[in-house]
Amino acid sequence: MNQVKDLLVILIGSSLVSNVVLSQFLGLCPFLGVSKKVKTAGGMGVAVIFVITLASAVAGVINRYVLIRFDIQYLDTIVFILVIAALVQFVEMFLKKMIPSLYQALGVYLPLITTNCAVLGVAINNEQAQYGILTGIVNGFATAVGFTVAIVILAGIREKIEYNDVPESFKGMPIVLLTAGLMAIAFVGFSGLL
Amino acid sequence: MSEIKKNGLFQSSGERLVNGIVKENPTFVLMLGMCPTLAVTTSAMNGLGMGLTTMAVLALSNLFISLLRKVIPSRVRIPAFIVIIASFVTVVQLMLEAYLPSLNKALGVYIPLIVVNCIILGRAEAYAYSNPPIPSLFDGIGMGLGFSFALTCIGALREFLGAGKVFGAQVLPASFEPIRIFGQAPGAFFVLACLVALQNYIKIRLKKAGKPNEKIGSGCTEDCMNCSDKGCKKRFYDTTKEIQMVDLEEEEEK
Repeated sequence: MNQVKDLLVILIGSSLVSNVVLSQFLGLCPFLGVSKKVKTAGGMGVAVIFVITLASAVAGVINRYVLIRFDIQYLDTIVFILVIAALVQFVEMFLKKMIPSLYQALGVYLPLITTNCAVLGVAINNEQAQYGILTGIVNGFATAVGFTVAIVILAGIREKIEYNDVPESFKGMPIVLLTAGLMAIAFVGFSGLL
Repeated sequence: MSEIKKNGLFQSSGERLVNGIVKENPTFVLMLGMCPTLAVTTSAMNGLGMGLTTMAVLALSNLFISLLRKVIPSRVRIPAFIVIIASFVTVVQLMLEAYLPSLNKALGVYIPLIVVNCIILGRAEAYAYSNPPIPSLFDGIGMGLGFSFALTCIGALREFLGAGKVFGAQVLPASFEPIRIFGQAPGAFFVLACLVALQNYIKIRLKKAGKPNEKIGSGCTEDCMNCSDKGCKKRFYDTTKEIQMVDLEEEEEK
C-alpha cells in the first residue's frame, strides 16, 4: 500500500509539479521545434512516452544488473547514451517490420528523439535517485506524460497566436518563449498538490 | 617555409577563437544548446561554471575527433563522436566531483547532459571532422568561451533581477525588493525571449538601413535535429526521415 502511495506521488510529481520541460528544461528543443501544430505535437508526445518508458526500463535493468553488479557506475553516461541511441534505432526497425501502422504514425518522430535530452535526463535522474526498476519506469512514464501535456498545450496556444498581432521583433521564437514562461508560472501552481 | 606555416597556423587558430566568441557565438548567434542555457543560469557563478565545463569537453573532444578523423569511417561517425564526447564528459564530471564538489552539486544532472548538447556534436561534425587538430582545439576553446560568456551574462542578469546580486555580491540596496521570479524557471524563458527579441530588433533595423547582416543568425532556437530549415548551414544531420517530417508539416499546412 505504501509503495502504491509512493508511486502515485512520483506520478504526479514528475508529470505536473516538476514538469520536465517547464521546470527542469529538459527536452526543450523538440518542445520549441515541433509545437507548431497540435497534431504533430501530439504525435511527438506519444512517441516520447513510448521511448522514455522503454528507455527507463532498459536503463534501469542495465544499471542494476551490469553497472552496479560490476561496480562500474562511473561509466553510466557513456552506457546510457549508447543504449538509448541503439534502442531508438532498434524500436524503429522493429516497428517498421512488425507494426507498420504504428510506424506510420510514430516513425518520423523516432530519429528526433535520440538527441532529446529528456531521455538521458530521466535515465540519469532515476539512477541518482536510486529508484528501483519499477519506480524508474513509473517515473519515466510520468515525465513523458508531463512532456506531452506541455507540448500539446503550447501547440494549442501557438495555433491561436498565429492570428494575433505580435510586435515584429517578438515574432517567431520570442513570443513562443514568453508563452512558455507564462505556462511555467501556471505549472508552479501545481506545487500545492503535494 | 616552416615560418610561414607556423604563422598560418597561428593566424587560423586566432581566427577560430574570435569566430567562436563573436561571429558565431553559439548562444546568441547560433542559438544552440538551449537546455543548459536556461536551466543552470540561476546565478552568474553557475553560468560560468557550466560554460567552462562545456568548454573543457568541447576543446578536448574537438582535438581528439580531429586527431582521429582519418581513422573514423564516415558511416559510423556519429556514434563514434558520441562515445568520445561521453568519455570526456565522464572525465570532467569525475574531476568536478573531486575538486569542485559544490559546483558539481549545483549543476547536478546537467553535467552528464553535456553529452547531448548540440554545440559539441555540431562542432565535431561541422569543423573538427574535416580540419587539423590545432585549429580544431582552438575552435573548441573559442566556441566554449563564447558559450561561457553568454551563460555568464544571462546568469548575471537573472541573479541581478532575481536577487539583487552579481556573483554573490549584493549590488542593489537591501530596500530593493528583488523580482524573485527571475531566479526561478519562468524567468529563464522571459530573459531569453527578450534577448532573442533584441537580436531580431537589431536584425530588422539593419535590414531597414539596407545592410542586412547575415552574420547575425537566423534566430532559430531549434536544435539541428528538429530544424525545419532545409537550407540551414548549421544542419549536420542528413537523414531522409527529417525531410519527410518537414514535408509532413508542410502538407498539413496546405
